[in-house]
Amino acid sequence: MSDDFKRQLQDAHEKGDYAPLLKLIPYAGLIGVECSRVGDDLLFKLPANKDNIGNPLLPAIHGGVIAGFMELSAALHLLIFTGAPGVPKIIDFSLDYLRAGQFRDTWARCQVCRQGRRVANVAVTAWQSTEGEPIATARAHFKIDEPLKS
Amino acid sequence: MAENPVFERATRFLSALRHCQVLGLKVHSANSEGLTVVLPYSAQIVGNPLTGVVHGGAITSLMDTACGMATLCVLPEFEVCPTLDLRVDYMHAAEPHKDVYGFAQCYRVTTDVIFARGFAYQDDPGQPIAHVVGTFMRMGKGLKGTKGFAGAIKGESP
Repeated sequence: MSDDFKRQLQDAHEKGDYAPLLKLIPYAGLIGVECSRVGDDLLFKLPANKDNIGNPLLPAIHGGVIAGFMELSAALHLLIFTGAPGVPKIIDFSLDYLRAGQFRDTWARCQVCRQGRRVANVAVTAWQSTEGEPIATARAHFKIDEPLKS
Repeated sequence: MAENPVFERATRFLSALRHCQVLGLKVHSANSEGLTVVLPYSAQIVGNPLTGVVHGGAITSLMDTACGMATLCVLPEFEVCPTLDLRVDYMHAAEPHKDVYGFAQCYRVTTDVIFARGFAYQDDPGQPIAHVVGTFMRMGKGLKGTKGFAGAIKGESP
């Protein structure tokens, strides 16, 4: 990770403004991911966007976009909370679609279920109406760089 | 590449999906055994700005689309088949500045559920970037509101 990126990360976390950090990731801009700090937790938002529609009949958000949003949320959550020296690398990602993602704003929250020395397990929930009615749940494993020994 | 009905149905289906147009997805090949969709490399889908590597989300979109469209290869008539679940195992990072190909096939079709699997690769199908497995619900061909869409996929004029 470059020093510049590390500084941006630290800066974003201190100010609770993650927009400059997300601007560095082109894919986040493509689907339109936003992130805010709520208390000590992070809340991710995917605003309704016509370019994210997959099923033109309902219309519904493309399942791949929901997956990408959740995967990106999990990686950012881990990056921000673990203070890992590098961007976490995804090992696997598994998601269950519970309801159609309507053409409206989507939210996601992450939970690190286990963080080992080399691998972390993160659970992600995405919802639109209320958190109790998720549109998708996912879990991901990430490879994390071991902290540099000084 | 010889044109065929499955290829044409798949191409028409893909052109109706807005996000797939944004990603620039194209049907590469299709037959009754499965199909391959191409995700062209572009700056907008980069996940790591330092390396230029494509974000996993774009690959998941490619594979969700490919697996979902593989149902076109095995069903006699168009049915809406939403994804029930999807699992992606990343073998290694994609190389920047190279297109990603997604192959998918259905290996079991039941009355309610279709099981699909596939893999994503760049130069060599023997060295996949990711393996994918997913299940899809069959909503039936008579689903309300889909008649015109099914006709459009078939190639009928409205």
